[in-house]
Amino acid sequence: MKVSEIVKTLNLEVYSGCKGLDKEIEGGYTSDLLSDVMGHADSGNVWITLQTHKNVIAIASLKEIAAVVLVKGYKPEADTMAQSNEEGIPILGTDMEAFEITGLLFNMIKG
Amino acid sequence: MTMHFEYKIEGGDFTRAGYASSQVKRSLKQLNVDPKVIKRVVVALYEAEVNVVAHAYSGIIEVYIDTEKIKMILTDKGPGISNIELAMEMGFSTATPEVREMGFGAGMGLPNIKKNSDEFKIESEVGIGTKLEIVVFIKQ
Ligand SMILES: Nc1ncnc2c1ncn2[C@@H]1O[C@H](COP(=O)(O)OP(=O)(O)O)[C@@H](O)[C@H]1O
Ligand SMILES: [Mg+2]
Repeated sequence: MKVSEIVKTLNLEVYSGCKGLDKEIEGGYTSDLLSDVMGHADSGNVWITLQTHKNVIAIASLKEIAAVVLVKGYKPEADTMAQSNEEGIPILGTDMEAFEITGLLFNMIKG
Repeated sequence: MTMHFEYKIEGGDFTRAGYASSQVKRSLKQLNVDPKVIKRVVVALYEAEVNVVAHAYSGIIEVYIDTEKIKMILTDKGPGISNIELAMEMGFSTATPEVREMGFGAGMGLPNIKKNSDEFKIESEVGIGTKLEIVVFIKQ
């Protein structure tokens, strides 16, 4: 499934990193602890978090994350968006809480 | 053939955390190293790099790549670690509340470094600094 498909179906905001909307998603990981994501997320995952700072993209790039989804209406910082554009890793957003968006994404990706 | 890279780390500067890891990742990709090996190097080096940023004042990363292994040596000037055994425990962290709020400071860094390396050495002197030596073999 492509990142653009989850954007469309779940009506997600696209903040930055549009170059990466064609990326394929394989599974997902939900966590706000950066070491947890570093240690356990897989390449191709969509990462659901409330962290908005630039290190999120550094980690997403190192882990080859397909896209980042910010929950509860959180917005990325300006330098986070700049880095996301540079790396071509989309930052998406939703007003939903992590539990809800994770459930919907789980059903879409695994379903 | 041995390749050698060196990077400086500034304590407290989170905006550049991960720079060395991404440079090393790029080089290993160009050398066609097994992606599984690259993943282990990336996790170990990133956590070690972040520890210098989060817990020390300044540091140097040396990376040596040959046909057999990737060796990473991180030497920092900083407060050092008084109880290494405790620091190695999953969940132990002295990170500040600000650092934790950013999602760092879960106390998983050192255990993750150990898990993702084939050889791991840590030496520390309180009030002086800490030295990590991490080796990942290219043929797993
Ligand atoms: N380079 C370092 N200099 C000083 N203390 C360190 C260093 N690396 C780790 N530590 C100490 O070891 C603890 C555990 O490290 P780690 O497992 O990476 O967890 P975290 O960085 O999330 O706190 C740190 O909280 C800190 O007290
Ligand atoms: Mg750490």
